[in-house]
Amino acid sequence: MDFLNAIVALSNFVLVPGIAYGSQLALGALGVTLIYGILRFSNFAHGDTMAVGTMTVILFTWWFQSMGIGLGPFPTALLALPFGIIVTGLMMLATDRVVYRFYRRVKAKPIIFVMASLGVMFILNGLTRFIIGPDEQRFADGERFIITAREFKQMTGLQEGLALKTTQGITVVSAVIVVALLFWFLNRTRTGKSMRAYSDNEDLALLSGINPERVVMVTWLIVAALATIAGVLYGLDKSFKPFTYFQLLLPIFASAIVGGLGNPLGAIAGGFVIAFSEVFITYAWKKVLGYMLPESLEPSGLVQLLSTDYKFAVSFGILLIVLLFKPRGLFTGKAV
Amino acid sequence: MNDTLKNVGLFALVGLLILWTGFSQSWNSALLILNMGLISAIMALGVNLQWGYAGLFNVGIMGFVALGGLATVIVSMPPVNDAWAAGGLRVMLGLVLGAATIVAAILAYQKVPAGRARTLAMLVILVGGFFLYRTVFDGGVMAVEAVNPAGTGYLGGLGLPILLAWPIGAVLAAGAAWIIGKTALGLRSDYLAIATLGIAEIIIAVMKNEDWLARGVKNVVGLPRPVPYEIDLQQDPAFIARAEGLGMDPVTASTLYVKFGYAVLFLIVLLILLWMAQRALHSPWGRMMRAIRDNEVAAEAMGKDVTARHLQIFILGSAICGMAGAMMTTLDGQLTPSSYQPLRFTFLIWVMVIVGGSGNNMGAVLGGFLIWFLWVQVEPIGAWLMQVITSGMSDGYWLKTHLMESAAHMRLLTMGLILLLVLRFSPRGLIPEK
Repeated sequence: MDFLNAIVALSNFVLVPGIAYGSQLALGALGVTLIYGILRFSNFAHGDTMAVGTMTVILFTWWFQSMGIGLGPFPTALLALPFGIIVTGLMMLATDRVVYRFYRRVKAKPIIFVMASLGVMFILNGLTRFIIGPDEQRFADGERFIITAREFKQMTGLQEGLALKTTQGITVVSAVIVVALLFWFLNRTRTGKSMRAYSDNEDLALLSGINPERVVMVTWLIVAALATIAGVLYGLDKSFKPFTYFQLLLPIFASAIVGGLGNPLGAIAGGFVIAFSEVFITYAWKKVLGYMLPESLEPSGLVQLLSTDYKFAVSFGILLIVLLFKPRGLFTGKAV
Repeated sequence: MNDTLKNVGLFALVGLLILWTGFSQSWNSALLILNMGLISAIMALGVNLQWGYAGLFNVGIMGFVALGGLATVIVSMPPVNDAWAAGGLRVMLGLVLGAATIVAAILAYQKVPAGRARTLAMLVILVGGFFLYRTVFDGGVMAVEAVNPAGTGYLGGLGLPILLAWPIGAVLAAGAAWIIGKTALGLRSDYLAIATLGIAEIIIAVMKNEDWLARGVKNVVGLPRPVPYEIDLQQDPAFIARAEGLGMDPVTASTLYVKFGYAVLFLIVLLILLWMAQRALHSPWGRMMRAIRDNEVAAEAMGKDVTARHLQIFILGSAICGMAGAMMTTLDGQLTPSSYQPLRFTFLIWVMVIVGGSGNNMGAVLGGFLIWFLWVQVEPIGAWLMQVITSGMSDGYWLKTHLMESAAHMRLLTMGLILLLVLRFSPRGLIPEK
């Protein structure tokens, strides 16, 4: 019984939140890695793209809510998501036209692109704060739980409860759908194949008649969709705050680099590696260990390896280790 | 118009802007702009060293500046003897154990041949060392933080003159830069950017949460000063007599005198650093750096160790930022970790370097002054602009309220826009590299 209780407590506090957070990071890292593979620079504006996308979705959600449109047990934000994606996509295309296209033409060094993306980050950040303000917003509505801790306890008769939030369920399901769609697109469709060809060998792709501007355009649209979905899922699960989204940049980049920049499969793996390490290291293990160990060995402290204030240090530490020992990432990426 | 004339004209323009602030607003704010302008110019010099000479992209300036600020507390505050007695040595022992763990792991990695034995050895060292470190360290921290938490609750500093903190801040920043440079240099150029972004966030997190070190978010106030206190000046008959001789009231005169004292100190540091940077730029070393920047492969073929030179210049530039950070905290007289915002301490400095002219020290200094002036003045201008835009709307209309409240965020937009415009249309900046 103690063993089962330990497993349930572990799932409740570590596994389930880890899987949800990992899916969100994976979607974010996919966007970063796609930009890296196709446009060949690290997009520092990605966190703020997520923020802008989420903001648009929140605005649409409020509008729908004010008209009384909802999805019953599901959050209204899901209904607003497609509109948010469209707006963010248009915004990304405009940014590319105004900012990045010039540097592509003059074949600027990647670092100049990175700097330009910093400028874009500034502007998007300012725009978000300007429109919705720097404060925290909660926009999840509908049913809060798929199963609450109490229901679970009654069902199983265990001491520990396992709560499953609706947002966590939605996160995992939509992440699976999005990833499946993305891989189908990249591997099966003509446009997807031309994207991969362009990423592998630009010159060869140009020779075989692939239109680079079209590839870039499609990439931005996909990235906008990924960023918006990742941002909305994160915002539903936790809450929306512009500064938090800027800070997400670090774990997202860490995920993409751990998996190997430019490698979509790696980005997903990296997302989960980072998420689980963060949760594992900042979780207070007292409860789980209390069930697992005999009474005499029961720990007196919280058994928390690092306080949650340092969760960024975890992604950073993993990033440093990967850069030191395997700079191409776990799955071989493009970058050295 | 030749270059010298243009450059002198640009500097004269900045001087005029500051004088204009003095005449139209107040001399106190003019001197404040001058002081922060001097500090910004020093930070810009440091970043220019990294970006302009070597093409290294550092987006963690905030972290190095904050380390400089930390140095002022460690150097100048009086030691808290009770805290040292309660657990100071234990905290230090914990830190030594932590460092020893890492060194032992590195030694094991280097000495033991690769294989399962090495992995196991490293795992045992790291896990065992970590728990040992935490047991020793946590107890010490609890004891230290329990000593008069409202007043001190930290170990205090060394009680040395605060001017010593400036070079020590530089050394702290250099240490952090060494760790980052060692891992991220020699890889793709973007990696350095990501690693520096990360270290900056972590340095701030440490400073906010480690109360035993510098009181965390409880702040350390009342740092000692290298210049006299206003209140002492106001009670000094000789000073009052001199102020009255100049026709000023003693209170204003004392505030101006103090700010002017800082300005002289900062100017001395800036001039020394500028002289050194100019000498470095025109030495064989500077030429080698630019050669590496312009063509790494060719420089490597000529036998230059690109990664080692990059590490060197990255550490130097970060050290300058650290020193500027220490100077800034000295000027503020307090350390407030929550005031370190990436926008203000990383990206603003970047705008200064790019606008001033990367690769040119004079350009960086000019950018520091000019952008700092704009940064201070953009907020009133933004508020005024919003006033104009919303003048047609009735009071209390939601859009008007919203726009007026959001005027503060105009800074982000403006700085982003300036960065993009200069990067696009005038990438060489106001005073281009020769």
